[in-house]
Amino acid sequence: MPKIKLAEKAVDLIREICTKFNNDEGELINVLHQVQSKLGYLPAEVQEVIARELNISVAKVYGVVTFYSFFTMLPKGQHPISVCMGTACYVRGAEQVLSEIKRQLSIEVGETTPDGRFSLSCLRCVGACGLAPVVMVGEKVYGRVSPQQVHKIIAEYKEGCAAEAKTA
Amino acid sequence: MADYTMHVLVCGGTGCKASQSELIKLNFQNRLSELGLSDEVQVVMTGCFGFCEKGPIVKILPDNTFYVHVTPEDVTELVEEHIVKGRKVERLLYVDPETQASVHDAKGMEFYKKQVRIALRNCGFINPENIDEYIARDGYAALGSCLLEKTPEETIRIIKDSGLRGRGGGGFPTGLKWEITRKSVSDQKYVVCNADEGDPGAFMDRSILEGDPHSVIEAMAICGYCIGADKGLVYIRAEYPLAVERLKIAIKQAREYGLLGEDIMGSGFNFDIEIRYGAGAFVCGEETALIHSMEGLRGEPTVKPPFPAESGYKGKPTNVNNVETFANIPPIINKGAGWFAAIGTEKSKGTKVFALAGKINNVGLIEVPMGTTLREVIYDIGGGIKDGREFKAVQTGGPSGGCLTKDFLDTPIDYDNLLAAGSMMGSGGMIVMDETDCMVSIAKFYLEFTLDESCGKCAPCRIGNKRLHEILERITEGNGTKEDLDRLRMLSTVIKDASLCGLGQTSPNPVLSTLDHFYDEYLAHVDSKTCPSGQCKALLKYTILEDKCTGCTLCFRNCPVGAISGEKRSPHYIDQSLCIKCGVCYEKCKFDAIIIG
Repeated sequence: MPKIKLAEKAVDLIREICTKFNNDEGELINVLHQVQSKLGYLPAEVQEVIARELNISVAKVYGVVTFYSFFTMLPKGQHPISVCMGTACYVRGAEQVLSEIKRQLSIEVGETTPDGRFSLSCLRCVGACGLAPVVMVGEKVYGRVSPQQVHKIIAEYKEGCAAEAKTA
Repeated sequence: MADYTMHVLVCGGTGCKASQSELIKLNFQNRLSELGLSDEVQVVMTGCFGFCEKGPIVKILPDNTFYVHVTPEDVTELVEEHIVKGRKVERLLYVDPETQASVHDAKGMEFYKKQVRIALRNCGFINPENIDEYIARDGYAALGSCLLEKTPEETIRIIKDSGLRGRGGGGFPTGLKWEITRKSVSDQKYVVCNADEGDPGAFMDRSILEGDPHSVIEAMAICGYCIGADKGLVYIRAEYPLAVERLKIAIKQAREYGLLGEDIMGSGFNFDIEIRYGAGAFVCGEETALIHSMEGLRGEPTVKPPFPAESGYKGKPTNVNNVETFANIPPIINKGAGWFAAIGTEKSKGTKVFALAGKINNVGLIEVPMGTTLREVIYDIGGGIKDGREFKAVQTGGPSGGCLTKDFLDTPIDYDNLLAAGSMMGSGGMIVMDETDCMVSIAKFYLEFTLDESCGKCAPCRIGNKRLHEILERITEGNGTKEDLDRLRMLSTVIKDASLCGLGQTSPNPVLSTLDHFYDEYLAHVDSKTCPSGQCKALLKYTILEDKCTGCTLCFRNCPVGAISGEKRSPHYIDQSLCIKCGVCYEKCKFDAIIIG
């Protein structure tokens, strides 16, 4: 993974969050939640700062980050796509929907498109099983998705990007 | 407070919210205020009604009219017709699939007739963000009566007598757990609510927290009083933003009303609740793993004993119960142990909430008395199998449970019967499958989940499940042998016996139960290399029936890899070496000339 240099502001932000939790190592998961919600992801450099602040080893922070699926060390795309792979969605065809998304974006689960627009992940049950199979793009939930609809859903965001680019 | 004559209840569960129920609520409020009716008609966003299949749902009281699949555009008509003119909007009413008659009163809906709602008593009735509505339905009365009229021992006795068992899956008697934690001597104890619902396809706990958060808070306080703890922690999935939000609001309101904090109701009892976030690890549903996660560590389980009741969070005695278990506590205190014990079967008392999903007509959240049969749940409440297909199996207990066949349809559901049938109660996920589902693939699906979620601490679970998965993969790809089936069984038994925690000990259950009940299907995969339900792609073979093919060229034109050849108006042919088995030709053919074999 390429080394990145954290901006001063980001380091201050992490320190601030750690202080809020009294630099208590027992609050590691809460710290990680807050840092990720602010910075989007938890690269090694961020983990180093957290380890220093909480006075624990980087290995310990890394161990926790990689243990929980909610934490990510890779930046997500502008429009993160999540396909629900809960059982209800699975038996209603989520796998076919997932492979269609993979095919159209030419990326695998956990990857981001080269232009940084879309990233793809699977999640376990959104809890909207009545709408199975479910696909989420950002916060928006698409229900009863068929492989045929995938193109249209992705196009919504591609056009969005194009429109933004024009106005910018 | 305004004197409302009518109430519009809009479902605010995650499913309905995903279908714009918030906009529906807003449209109602706007339209009503335009007509000057805001003081007469109250619009409430409630928790889940349970009937997710038909969402978004709007219920209008006092008429008890149940509108389904409501869109934001329908609101004007609903206001002008139903609320102003008193005429029900026929096209949005629920239609009984049997009689094809629209149902004018929700009481007449089959979906609700057989249900008994204890844990879900307030879901879909009250505004979960308003503590007054909870109090109006006997909320916090149980806490009051415990603190002011009962000793902790008396309260524990009631819970023990009620026969309530843990609803998170294990089925351990709740009263006994409380008693053991009470007897542990320590300067500090903790009450923990396990709201880390990780079972895919299950959303019971989330719906309770979204629809009735105060019932959990009240029960945790009662538990604290009983075991001698002044601190409660809710361990909740970060993936449940709505539930987190509502729980936060509820805790804040309870503090403002003096129902949490110091000297509650002047009794001298102190209790407060904090929220801890999970971060997506199924194994954290296991008590010891959950406790480690709350301590900021990797959520790996440790050997029991010591049980959390002796040494739990920060090494102090800790009582862990799940959301649904807690939601049952206030009604038991209010109505008595005898009332609760009269519901259910001999060894499983009360009700159970199930998340009904999969190939079933009425996907949703239901609560039925223990002892209800699977047939009643699937056909009477669930409305039968989707698209008129044949029932094949029902999976209970999630990745730790097993598949039950139609032979078990008349088995009364309770902890012991499900275990005897090779499955388990689990937290309450119930996934229905039809004849198009391949049971080998389903077993593989669950194994994939376990593989992903195994914490890796003990070898039988970490390595054993990986090997199990490889064998299943081999079978679904057409490379399996009959010996593989024996290997599956042997390895499963080892994993069950040797794993450290509940996750590993139950992870082979989906494999074992499908081997038991669907052995023929496994045999077909390894012997004749066919998949009877047509799900395993590698085993499929698409062929064109010469006598039926009209040579319309539709398949030829749609085949993405050019595997189909043939002249116009004469039979076509699929080159098997090129075919990627995408099924497009099968879908496109108008003459049923393509068969899967």
